[in-house]
Amino acid sequence: MKSNFEKMWDSFRLPIFAVILGFAVGAICIVIAGSNPIIAYAALFKGSLGSATSFGETLYKMTPIVFTGLSVALAFRCGLFNIGGEGQYIAGSIVSIATGWIFKDMPGIILIPMILIMGIIAGGIWGGIAGYLKARFGVHEVITTIMLNYIALHTSNYLVRTVLNPETLIPGSVREAFTVPIPEQAKLLKLNEILPQFTYSSAHVGIFIAIAAAIFIYFLLFKTTVGYEIRSVGLSPDAAEYGGISKEKNTILAMFIAGGLSGLAGAVQVTGLIYSVNQVAMMPGYGFTGISVALVGVSHPLGVLASGLLFGILDNGARQMQLAGIPKEITGIIQAVILIFIAGELIVKFISERRKKELKNSKAKEVK
Amino acid sequence: MAEGAIIIAVLASAIRLATPLILAALGGVFSERSGVVNIGLEGIMIIGAFSAVLFTHITGNPWLGVVAAMIFGMLTASILAVLAINLRGNQIIAGVAINLLALSLSAFLLELIWKRSGATPSVPHALTTNPKGLEFLEKIPVLGDLFSKFTPFVYIAFILVGVTYYVLFKTPLGLRIRAVGEHPRAAETVGISVYKIRWLCVLISGLLAGLAGASLSIGTISLFREGMIAGQGFIALAAMIFGKWHPVGAMFACLFFGLTSAIQILAQTIGIDWAPEFLLMIPYVATIVALVGVVGKAVAPASDGLPYEKGEK
Repeated sequence: MKSNFEKMWDSFRLPIFAVILGFAVGAICIVIAGSNPIIAYAALFKGSLGSATSFGETLYKMTPIVFTGLSVALAFRCGLFNIGGEGQYIAGSIVSIATGWIFKDMPGIILIPMILIMGIIAGGIWGGIAGYLKARFGVHEVITTIMLNYIALHTSNYLVRTVLNPETLIPGSVREAFTVPIPEQAKLLKLNEILPQFTYSSAHVGIFIAIAAAIFIYFLLFKTTVGYEIRSVGLSPDAAEYGGISKEKNTILAMFIAGGLSGLAGAVQVTGLIYSVNQVAMMPGYGFTGISVALVGVSHPLGVLASGLLFGILDNGARQMQLAGIPKEITGIIQAVILIFIAGELIVKFISERRKKELKNSKAKEVK
Repeated sequence: MAEGAIIIAVLASAIRLATPLILAALGGVFSERSGVVNIGLEGIMIIGAFSAVLFTHITGNPWLGVVAAMIFGMLTASILAVLAINLRGNQIIAGVAINLLALSLSAFLLELIWKRSGATPSVPHALTTNPKGLEFLEKIPVLGDLFSKFTPFVYIAFILVGVTYYVLFKTPLGLRIRAVGEHPRAAETVGISVYKIRWLCVLISGLLAGLAGASLSIGTISLFREGMIAGQGFIALAAMIFGKWHPVGAMFACLFFGLTSAIQILAQTIGIDWAPEFLLMIPYVATIVALVGVVGKAVAPASDGLPYEKGEK
């Protein structure tokens, strides 16, 4: 019997190696760019952890990607690849704006939960569509979620330009490339309002919602029947079906929850940080970063928290590196290299284990 | 006559917009017909677009830029090949990694080489006009205006549609490719090397997607701008699916998608106030509709996306 520590080391070994290798390749790029990697990385970590303010900046960078990381991780647990975090995030954020506007006279204590729930529902429906298409028609969720991302992007742009635009909603104001803001009382508390040490940092209490979401998903996955069923379908859909667990129902449910988490990322981002949604040409990127976050966090909710922090550090520290004269794209390269190593290693292990099971299954079928 | 001119202009614009999509979609056809899902098309296009500008800048010859785009496209695709074929890794993660890498790497090199961010300066001698030697096509009545707006890439793309169709469906190699994509185990039993075929196809897909990138940079705006690919790799992927993994089908899908964009651009220039967003959405909605089977079911090669383990059993 392996001890708990050994088991943990087993599952975290590969992402840790991948992260180290990512930083190593990043260091090579820094040298190519004519700088000293030690100085660069010192700037990166100092700029993201060095003071309460800079840590606060890291926290707000980390907030949305914890949600999208959880979203991808939960779908993974059901054997689904949710590349739709982008679209679900967009759906969540635009619906949050709409909710805030429609109920702008409500007190914050009712309005904030309402916006967050509407964000979850919007993202959940967006993810659920992909789940339904998979369950009902067998259409691969990777393709549908990619398509749904762009459908969400264009729909959101349309709404930003028309029905949620200042010109159409506030008489006498000009048409802008962004929506009306959410009402004042719907804004989440900034951390510096509680702890003055955070000074000008934009960190907000959304980070606590993110941590709560991670704990909630942990319990959902590992301590409830719902989670057990989702994981069973993920491990072996046929065996689960044989045991009376519906593959279809759990596929839709898992995609709904996954979408809901990404939608919540949008809602928290709107209420905590950006307050209005812009017209955009490109994906916001949180959904894709969520894939990296989930993989480095070995699709475990608590692992996602840790890797969310890492990617928050990378994102925030990038600016500090740039001030030190190093192209900020290094952090993107590091992230890509981490993914490449994970794609090559972690998944190999995962698949070889699964293959053994499948082999057993297929042999069992042949015997019949 | 004015209406005729507008129709010709829209058609020309549709074909020009479809060109990079066709090239990338053909890349997707090769890769997926052999059983490797390539959602890294987007990233490979970025690399192609960038290297085409870089090498045109260095050598002064845009055709060397094109060659560089193809070579670097293949190099980028070989990341997918190693991960997906040799390491039997997750093809989707590999594709996501390639897209991310291309995005960051191109921006990084842009800053390193040109000491600026956002976009490169324009390169001279870009391939944005009808190639020399084909000017006689412009003299054709009515259609001549159409040809005058083409770039060399337009001709290359349509020729490659034919080549791809011929290779995939009329040659022994094509039969092997399709066999590997449908049933790799059976293919190996009759002596086809699954790894070699898949490597070849992924490299071809890199070459074509790299070329697609070049057609966008030196074939359209004669410079590289961050974010210029803006999801076109994913539209190409959609077109490939909408075209049912068939080169000719993919070509028509790309033309259709190109036409929707062309109409959208026209509407905006004339100043018609409608919702261009819904036109931009058409490719994605159409793809989902096709997959669900409303217009005849789109079915992927049977072993598309599944890693293959060489069998000694």
